[in-house]
Amino acid sequence: MAAGPGFAPAAARTAEAVLARPPRTLWADAWRQFRRHRLAMFGLFVLSFMVVATAFGPFVYPVGFNEIDMTQRLKPPSPAHPLGTDDLGQDILARILFGGRVSIAVGLAAMFIAVTIGTAVGAVSGYFGGTVDQVLMRLTDLFIALPPLPLLLLVIYLFRDPVRNVFGPELGIFLLMVTVIGSLRWMPVARLVRASFLSIKEKEFIEAARCIGVPGFRMAVVHMLPNALSPVIVAASLGVAAAILQESTLSFLGLGFPPDMPTWGRLLFDAKDRLDMAPHWAIFPGLAIFLTVLSINFIGDGLRDALDPRKVS
Amino acid sequence: MTKYLIRRLIIAVPTLLGISVVIFVILSLAPGDPFSELALNPNVPVEVRENLRRQLGMDDPIHVRYVKWLTSLLQGNLGYSFVSRVDVTQLIWQRLPTTLFVMGSAYVIALLIAVPVGVISAVRQYSWLDNLATTLAFIGFSLPTFFTGLIFILVFSIYLRWLPMVFTTNIQATGPAWFLEILRHAIMPIMVLALFEGAVLTRYVRASMLDVIRMDYINVARAKGLSERAVIIRHGLRNALIPVVTIMALQIPGIFTGAIVTEQIFRVPGIGSLLISSIQLKDTPVVMAIVFAYAVLVVVFNLIADLAYGVLDPRIRYD
Repeated sequence: MAAGPGFAPAAARTAEAVLARPPRTLWADAWRQFRRHRLAMFGLFVLSFMVVATAFGPFVYPVGFNEIDMTQRLKPPSPAHPLGTDDLGQDILARILFGGRVSIAVGLAAMFIAVTIGTAVGAVSGYFGGTVDQVLMRLTDLFIALPPLPLLLLVIYLFRDPVRNVFGPELGIFLLMVTVIGSLRWMPVARLVRASFLSIKEKEFIEAARCIGVPGFRMAVVHMLPNALSPVIVAASLGVAAAILQESTLSFLGLGFPPDMPTWGRLLFDAKDRLDMAPHWAIFPGLAIFLTVLSINFIGDGLRDALDPRKVS
Repeated sequence: MTKYLIRRLIIAVPTLLGISVVIFVILSLAPGDPFSELALNPNVPVEVRENLRRQLGMDDPIHVRYVKWLTSLLQGNLGYSFVSRVDVTQLIWQRLPTTLFVMGSAYVIALLIAVPVGVISAVRQYSWLDNLATTLAFIGFSLPTFFTGLIFILVFSIYLRWLPMVFTTNIQATGPAWFLEILRHAIMPIMVLALFEGAVLTRYVRASMLDVIRMDYINVARAKGLSERAVIIRHGLRNALIPVVTIMALQIPGIFTGAIVTEQIFRVPGIGSLLISSIQLKDTPVVMAIVFAYAVLVVVFNLIADLAYGVLDPRIRYD
């Protein structure tokens, strides 16, 4: 193509003007791309709302989450109780606000563990290759073949009481749940990091770094890991949603937090036998889970579009 | 093909062994003793309890117990339920058909939804139809199965009174009436699972189809004058389904999660609800056997997916 009209203004621009412009960074580019994804922006908005509401709501909202009022049992939504009450007359809005903290915290903490394990396994596997890689990948395959929910149920049931005795009922079950969910979700991250490491290892800049004598550990952490992060960020965001779902599933099966810790799944578990009399009791916590998970999934999709250089369309 | 099948079966053995070790270690590390109940019972003398422990090999070191357990497992003997004294194998075989029926029908329906919707979505990318399908798919896999299940009960059983709330296989009717009754009972649990899986699969079918229709061979097919239908279905879809089969295999452990939840909500008498009730009753042999049964099912379905590969993709050689 000949120098078309589009090139003229660019040529006319002085070198100073170009240099004065703030440099475009990877993250600014990603953010620009992300903003264009309307559903992702919607997700970011809803999720921020949920996080702010659960973080500060319990301070602002006057009703306590475990205030029992037997005269107000199973009442539908009203001005006094915007989302109604449960079978002990406890305010459902207050319980959802409080429970959201636990649900979101479990999601984030479990994913943090999964990403840490996954990155470590993937990095070691991809960096060293050979036998180490073989062994670690077989281990990963083994974990992928494990049915997660049956195992989670098994572990939580067996270890619930001892962990509770050591750390107390709430913290104990939180730690147990986060550890177990996290340690059954690291496999996709490990595979992604390994794949990235395998391809990065062959790049010229790694060869250059090796030539100037960068030691092995520094090579992996400073030069390779940052270049492998994009798919990990996407997987991590989607993993938070999956971990929140997993926690609610366990609580819904009655094997999660104790009843005085009203997580969203636990609220549904308590509500499910009174569906005919108090549908609001189940619908609002269910909607809270749904909206949170949906917005995280949208955000994950937006991140994928923004960070994945080989995306289609 | 036979050679390949045998090799795949041999590869499956270490996986199963690994899984059995994981499950066994978890169980052995756990505190708590199935005989603690007996200890609280003053009518059972200490010597009897100790004798029982020794007889059942509870005091052996862990590797001995593992080998014993594995040997009897290989002989098809999974032990007896602590609670009902019934052979565990028998218990699982009683429940398994129901679980497989619900899961299988759900997966078939999920595919019947996902393939056409995904293909249309990809072929008409960015049309209103595609936007609608993509958004619905997002909603579909963000809705937890236990919430969809409760909503279904609320709408179809409580408000509309069309469908029974609880699943039963014990139906006193014959012929078409029997089939209709089965359908009425099974449709909610099946649809809850099918909608979730369908939503997940739709996204993969769409993505894979989008990759394929950009290929040169699709242009070639169009250029030689094939009908659009033949281009999309025979040349596009068949290639697009190959990665989808992998995803389907990887999804299988996830479906078990959904199946356990639906079985619990609709009281479907499958192995999922047996697992939950056994956990509540501390029925260790049953719990262990079911978790292992799930693992075996995952391995078996992965094997089937590998074989389906060959049917879909003639480029794969079995040697």
